[in-house]
Amino acid sequence: MTFLGMPTAPKGVGHLRGESSFPTAAEAALGDQQLRRNLAHATSTIRTKRAAAVAEVEDWAQLRAAGAAIKDEVLAHLDTYLLELEEKVTAHGGTVHWARDANEANAIVTELVRSTGSSEVIKVKSMVTQEIGLNEALADAGITPIETDLAELIVQLGHDVPSHILVPAIHRNRAEIREIFLREMSGVDPNLSDDPAALAQAARSYLRRKFLSAQVAVSGANFAVAETGTLCVVESEGNGRMCLTLPRTLITVMGIEKLVPKWQDLEVFLQLLPRSSTAERMNPYTSFWTGAVEGQDFHLVLLDNGRTATLADPNGRAALRCIRCSACLNVCPVYERAGGHAYGSIYPGPIGAVLSPQLTGVADNPSLPFASTLCGACFDACPVAIDIPMMLVHLRSRVVDDKAGSQRLPSPEAATMKLAAWTMRDPRRWTRALRMMRSGRIIGRRHDRIRRLPYPLSRWATTRDLPRPPKETFRDWWSHQ
Amino acid sequence: MRVALFITCLADGLVPEVAKATVRLLQRLGIDVEVPLAQTCCGQMHVNTGYPRSAVPLVANYVETFAGYDAIVAPSGSCVGAIRHQHATLARQAGDLELASAAAALGGRTFELSEFLVDELGVTDVGAYYPHRVTYHPTCHSLRLLRVGDRPTQLLRAVEGLELVELPDADQCCGFGGTFALKNAAVSSAMLTDKTAAIATTAAQVCTAGDSSCLLHIGGGLSRQGAGVRTVHLAEILATTRMEPLP
Repeated sequence: MTFLGMPTAPKGVGHLRGESSFPTAAEAALGDQQLRRNLAHATSTIRTKRAAAVAEVEDWAQLRAAGAAIKDEVLAHLDTYLLELEEKVTAHGGTVHWARDANEANAIVTELVRSTGSSEVIKVKSMVTQEIGLNEALADAGITPIETDLAELIVQLGHDVPSHILVPAIHRNRAEIREIFLREMSGVDPNLSDDPAALAQAARSYLRRKFLSAQVAVSGANFAVAETGTLCVVESEGNGRMCLTLPRTLITVMGIEKLVPKWQDLEVFLQLLPRSSTAERMNPYTSFWTGAVEGQDFHLVLLDNGRTATLADPNGRAALRCIRCSACLNVCPVYERAGGHAYGSIYPGPIGAVLSPQLTGVADNPSLPFASTLCGACFDACPVAIDIPMMLVHLRSRVVDDKAGSQRLPSPEAATMKLAAWTMRDPRRWTRALRMMRSGRIIGRRHDRIRRLPYPLSRWATTRDLPRPPKETFRDWWSHQ
Repeated sequence: MRVALFITCLADGLVPEVAKATVRLLQRLGIDVEVPLAQTCCGQMHVNTGYPRSAVPLVANYVETFAGYDAIVAPSGSCVGAIRHQHATLARQAGDLELASAAAALGGRTFELSEFLVDELGVTDVGAYYPHRVTYHPTCHSLRLLRVGDRPTQLLRAVEGLELVELPDADQCCGFGGTFALKNAAVSSAMLTDKTAAIATTAAQVCTAGDSSCLLHIGGGLSRQGAGVRTVHLAEILATTRMEPLP
């Protein structure tokens, strides 16, 4: 399958590609005992809470179906809704910019900040600006971005990248956070303890100074309502609202899929999102704004960065329903062990494994669709019913086809699969092949089980035995019954 | 009712006792089960590894082999999941709409063992005798693709002499995932370690499940660790009686 004319997220900018493949990065992460303990504790706590928050909503199944349907409606008529949004935002005094990819979006935002004369911007927690590497682009232009979400601030001060969509510093414990603050936070009390309240207070004092001095803020958006031109940010700390209301200039960067058609649609998503992400009935702060508030300049940057290419694949486009709740991460046994950084993208976990390869093109993230046992826990947890396992399987075939197209000879795996399919297509060939498994009885004869195997099955035998093959296949036994 | 056994490729070649137990059990319940030997494999390995087109002839073979039966029973939630949820789609994507509709119809008549016993035959007490302490691992595909729910434990609770102990974090995947166990061996092994540790806390003598593949994985880990816990397929437990102990 090719997607001519569909731009994917460009290389060399943003955070959608890792340096090493998932298996390699995950194996390294597994060696970090502290990380594994932090993750196991955090994910199991939130798993239990989410299950309870969802269970108390009687019509959850209907809400979930409605969420999926609304998003599918948006995706089917994205062109119409985007133009409607642009018209409404413009009518309310905002300026709308269109960005094909990360580079264009970064250039637009940088130029907008420059034109204000400011050398500092405060930021609302946003996945999309992490996706495009906006902080790095601003820094390159001599502009200092300051993350105001506590966890994002920890990540930024630690010169780190987020490892979770909702709780980006999930891989850090409080002792590590204290060290980061002491090292990186200007004006911090040198006797700072690692008590969570003290750490929060230190961040609060630091950020309060920034809120009052900053002239420009940058945000993402959880939702944009096409019929009214209203944008929405959902958060817990209230720092986002400070950014949205205090500075003179507000710049919002938003993926083109974040739309809902009508104001009323928010009824569905403002129930689905908090319960799925923080396991709250309602999140503490929900901010809405329509165009430019009096005395403020407002700019909206609409970003593609591989989204249209994703939309072009009928079996992959449902990934664009995602509302970034992170429920799939918290229930994923692979994410729980490997952690977010192993995925190499700021979108980790099951949704990352289907979204990142689509945004970049599968050639740039070929290991991610295989980073799952297809256990299905993500699909069950997803509030907009994205069938992630089915999509993973589909993307695996795109990876295989992409590799086959770029290599002259079939890979050993492709050759094995072809041979297996040829054998299994014919019952007589298959019967003979099954009988040949008996030869494995020789390697298993000493312990009555197999403890060592040649590559690539050796990867099985590092931690697992295999039973010694039987003397007789089932079909041979059946034939002489 | 004409009933056929879908052996599954794994049981056929590597763990034939599971298929033999399924036959014994069904015969004991008065079912004259047939085993058409034209059957091969459901094709799930090909699909889930990224080779869906290679699986299409296997779908065709499945449809051709089993079209004449009223019910097809398999001792595997995963294979039945593939037949029910992948076969018709594969045929449709290959442009064979006739095969797609035949595959969809056949998917509706293909049952995982516990589904067949509880829903189709309406039995939970199959007259088994198995005097052991047993814990049950609900495999992901039986749990989330087929939604077998408590059917397997209903069957186990009715087994005479069997002491069923609950497995902590039972719904957590064992880490097998087909080729995942090879491609992501480290994460797979980490998941397996947590599963075997959970099994150890139950002090069970036997861990059972409805899928030979997951049991091969869990059993492989238990065997390597020298844990002293055996893995036994649900079909083998249900086939065991006072007169016919587990071979």
